[in-house]
Amino acid sequence: MTSKGPEVSEPLIRLEHVTKQYHGVKEPAVRDLSMDVQPGEILVLVGPSGCGKSTTLRLINRMIEPTSGHIYYEGEDVTKVDPNALRRRIGYVIQQVGLFPHRTIAENVATVPKLLRWPKKRIKERVDELLELVSMDPSIYRDRYPNELSGGQAQRVGVARALGADPDVLLMDEPFGAIDPITRDRLQNEFLRLQSELRKTIVFVTHDIDEAVKMGDRIAILREGSEIAQLERPEVILTEPADEFVENFLGSGAVLKTLTLRRVRDIELAPMVTLRKPVHRGQALQAMSDAGVGTAVLLDDQEHPLRWIDERALNSSERAIESAGRPITVQVQPEDTLQDALSAMLTTSSGMAVVVDARGKYLGGCTIESLASLLLTAGNGSSSS
Amino acid sequence: MTSLALSAQPSRRSRLTTWGSEQLDLIVTPILALALATLLATVWFYSDFDETTSRILEPSELARQAYQQLYLAFFSTLLVIVVAVPVGILVTRENFPSVKDGLVTVLGLGQAIPAYGLIVLFFVWLGSGALTVIVALATFALLPVLRNTIVGLEQVDRSVIEAGKGMGMTGFKRLTKVELPLAVPVIVAGIRTAVVINVGMAALAFLIGGGGLGETINAGLKLNRPSAIFVGAALVALIALAFDFAGGLAQRYLRPKGV
Repeated sequence: MTSKGPEVSEPLIRLEHVTKQYHGVKEPAVRDLSMDVQPGEILVLVGPSGCGKSTTLRLINRMIEPTSGHIYYEGEDVTKVDPNALRRRIGYVIQQVGLFPHRTIAENVATVPKLLRWPKKRIKERVDELLELVSMDPSIYRDRYPNELSGGQAQRVGVARALGADPDVLLMDEPFGAIDPITRDRLQNEFLRLQSELRKTIVFVTHDIDEAVKMGDRIAILREGSEIAQLERPEVILTEPADEFVENFLGSGAVLKTLTLRRVRDIELAPMVTLRKPVHRGQALQAMSDAGVGTAVLLDDQEHPLRWIDERALNSSERAIESAGRPITVQVQPEDTLQDALSAMLTTSSGMAVVVDARGKYLGGCTIESLASLLLTAGNGSSSS
Repeated sequence: MTSLALSAQPSRRSRLTTWGSEQLDLIVTPILALALATLLATVWFYSDFDETTSRILEPSELARQAYQQLYLAFFSTLLVIVVAVPVGILVTRENFPSVKDGLVTVLGLGQAIPAYGLIVLFFVWLGSGALTVIVALATFALLPVLRNTIVGLEQVDRSVIEAGKGMGMTGFKRLTKVELPLAVPVIVAGIRTAVVINVGMAALAFLIGGGGLGETINAGLKLNRPSAIFVGAALVALIALAFDFAGGLAQRYLRPKGV
């Protein structure tokens, strides 16, 4: 598979043979790096600490000046424009957030619009709009100070502030790195939802490969000196790592990580034996033995799955069949990831998960075998390289 | 409405605790001043001053000296601020050569020179008068303000400055809108120290004809009149406490909200 997706367009950011050499350090932090960032994509830079990924990010908005090479933003050489004007057009989010502690949340979010001398009324409307966007009720938080916020809330405000003047590009330097895992997961999901509406061009730095796989449209795996080991879509990286370095960096769980990339709709649903009320014991047993399965699904009149019915329940239960077997507590939908499907399967002893549509109607089943065959092909792909 | 009030509570509590220590500060100084003033009034009204003491403690003379004392302390502190704060800002700029440690050390050594000697040195250079005293006092009190300006600016969270820079704030905007407001509490604390030093040291101004309450204390010493010495010293202390109180108020009201 080629590195470019179907919609190839003029890159929004282009790095050409960029090198950054610090004084008194032998090895350059960034060595002859060339890279394109496409409009509307999330490009994740990931690599071990000290590989120069943060330096690379900070070269784009000239927080660091390159020693040699060129960086273009919207076709313009960034070293030829006023750095402050440039930075006002590029959102910047850092791990420590860096909210101004002596300014209210609203004043913080208004920073860039104020620098651009927007009229007061427009700034006020924009601030409220942005706070709504990051799920912070403006009427509650507008006039508060940053020391009243939790870490997660602070970074929401940090993102809102970076979006202040509606920049086309966001640079994010480990934005969720200092946040507890549960909140981080929620922020990542919210951010992806936000991005699906905003379609910003985002360069995202992290050292966490799981975060990279989750957030990235494309991932650049960097090694020492910000050298690109592989730049690809996450599913390609996971299944076809370019070399041993990438393979080691992905870790042993790479194959499992592909489960978070695939959706239930991507695999073929397995037909299951379905029973409808009123259930006839003999017919049910016959259908199950014909299909060679031990478990059937009981549906109600609206095709909603109700219970798992197995042979034992049919044979031994003296109760009404409608209350035999076990209730179906976990269902998956086509949009869920295969990881969700796997955990749903693990909660049933049958090793199957029921797939329903958005209105809860039965669609089919998902079995551990179908996942296993998917993983096997993925596994073969990785070992053959 | 209720939830809003509830969730606002932690912040209110934290603000109260920070006020607590400051309030203590603002209470202790007036209490000390009041005790001293009471003692002074007792001595003034219930002592039998002999003729010499009465002449030394001539009220119009005392008023003039007290005014000089205030004047010297005020203008020397002003000079300190005008010099030390800009220098402190300058040496903490990121592209300025790193001279600040050397500067602080040199000024620290300078402070080891007794104030007495410093005033005489400046007298040799600039001659007698109030201006010489003001320059000498300013030199002596430079260090606390300079050091606190440097420390105050350097204790500002780097990530806050970094964020400001990343959003396209110019160096000047970062300084005036972010760094200085956040450094103000520390800088004001330094100024408060300086002003108290200056009030005390202004008592030496009489040495080179700069006036001040030192005249009264000196006369009391020369003529062996302990009550005169006490009155002079107590007035100096009251002025120092008044400045300290004003400094405390400034520290409280100049502290930016949210910090």
